[in-house]
Amino acid sequence: MPEYPQIVFAGTDGGAVTDIDAYTRGGGFTALARTRAMNPDDVIAELETSGLRGRGGAFFPTGRKWAFVPKPDQLAKPHYLVVNADESEPGTFKDREIMLRVPFRFLEGCLIAAHGIQSQHVFVYIRGEYEREFEVLRDALEQMRARDLLGGVTVVIHRGAGAYICGEETALLESLEGKRGQPRTKPPFPAIAGLYAAPTAVNNVESITTVTSVFELGAAEYAKLGVENSTGTRVFSLSGDVANPGNYELPHGISMRELIYDIGGGVPNGRALKAVIPGGSSTSVLTADDLDVKMDFTSLVEAGSSIGSAGVIVIDERCCMVQLGIRVSQFYEHESCGKCTPCRVGTRWITQILQKIEDGRAGQSDLDLLLSVCDRVMGKCLCPLGDSDAIAVLSYVDRFRDEYQAHIDLGRCPFDGESSLERILAPSAMHAHHGHAPVSA
Amino acid sequence: MTIAAEVQKLRKTYPDSLSVVMPALQLAQRENGGWLSPDSIREVADALDLTPAYCLSIASFYDQYYLEPVGRRRIEVCTNVSCGLAGAQQVVEAFEAELGISAGETSDDGAFTLGTIECLGGCGWATVVAIDNRHRLRVSSDDVPGIVEELRGA
Repeated sequence: MPEYPQIVFAGTDGGAVTDIDAYTRGGGFTALARTRAMNPDDVIAELETSGLRGRGGAFFPTGRKWAFVPKPDQLAKPHYLVVNADESEPGTFKDREIMLRVPFRFLEGCLIAAHGIQSQHVFVYIRGEYEREFEVLRDALEQMRARDLLGGVTVVIHRGAGAYICGEETALLESLEGKRGQPRTKPPFPAIAGLYAAPTAVNNVESITTVTSVFELGAAEYAKLGVENSTGTRVFSLSGDVANPGNYELPHGISMRELIYDIGGGVPNGRALKAVIPGGSSTSVLTADDLDVKMDFTSLVEAGSSIGSAGVIVIDERCCMVQLGIRVSQFYEHESCGKCTPCRVGTRWITQILQKIEDGRAGQSDLDLLLSVCDRVMGKCLCPLGDSDAIAVLSYVDRFRDEYQAHIDLGRCPFDGESSLERILAPSAMHAHHGHAPVSA
Repeated sequence: MTIAAEVQKLRKTYPDSLSVVMPALQLAQRENGGWLSPDSIREVADALDLTPAYCLSIASFYDQYYLEPVGRRRIEVCTNVSCGLAGAQQVVEAFEAELGISAGETSDDGAFTLGTIECLGGCGWATVVAIDNRHRLRVSSDDVPGIVEELRGA
């Protein structure tokens, strides 16, 4: 395996840097000192030239996002930086490792970002399930406070309590304000009216951590890494039916084949690769025919999918794609906040139709109905949660149509009880007896 | 410190005291043996000048607030796709066999609550099992008897 530049994980030597002296000796906080000596607008301009784009899933240019935040003399309200550490997209576990291994680089990035948008207030919203990660961040923050590194900026680590939807930025802001985590209508965008209706930049953990690296290296140097439209490195989360699962920091533009085979060691036990979910469970599935696709924004769009959160799930030949659809749809059904009807009703309905297909009770019209329901969810809601379910399921039907058809023609699952996701019990099914009686699909 | 006193301290952390409702519910739940009784909801409401109904509307939205009593140890097995591919269902069934309860239930002696849970963000270290919100990684069904024995002894 060739050596790849480590940017986010620089200086860790495969381990963690949780001691402030060790981090400082390795050049830590020099980027903070450099940027604090710069005019905030120049910080934003330099970040824009780095080409850094958001690592949470939407891939929006980070510098441009900061530039949208009005200057304090244009809008006399407190300005906020909110960091999205609510990592919950199935297949994604990179932010967790970033917080555990380079907590100071992450917190340094928070302070650089706060300077860039002229904010004195940072909130880190971390999912409630990340207990150890919370403790590591809290300890790192205490060490920085003891060294007077915060420069008058307040940093609050706010814990979530189990809701995937709070990864959506406006739902996150609602939750942080002490409300149910339900998305807001946009506009106004958070840059104008975000937390407490004040100007707010919301950035992902990996994006913020990379900000530190950009100012350590210099934007021009950083932009040399990766490919056009997708500069720099990415922390790919590799999981599923692969020999060496884990997080790998690699330059954008590496091929899916290199990631899964050269780095991940391929599919174990000589089994055949069947499908790859390239960017978290919200993204369209790819197949073994797509292995040469490059893992960057443009290439994955051209391949009909998305780089999303760079959570790559490898699926081998043992998996029934209807069962995959059920399990993915159960997730979105469980996590739908209930605000928009197409999502609240549609995610549940999609699960039920898929279950009918899996059970061999479906006719041809049910498959048409499934596609129609997906179509009626897509683009009809305030946030992309319902879309995610529809996009994923539509892609499974599209890429594995014969397998879906076989369930209908045979009147049973062709895997005969031997699929790798057989009987898998989702929380939504576990709770079924607390909810309404199932309606027939 | 009482809940009310801790809540007053937390209020200074946020520009708006409504933001304290989630950490306050978390505190109240910890003080009440891991679940939010109507009394603990009322305590949070009183400390924040909110109605109990409002606090309940928050508590019922988020999965990590429990509105019914839970066992002294909470075991949650991730069954999302990556853990599922790694054999999470076998892990669930091994816990069910070992504890004599089904996922979603609490044992009669109040020792354990078993459940499945959505993605815990440990897909590369499947199967992930959260025990009282601490994650065990790469758990296989073979590990389950040892885990249960350890928890029973603790």
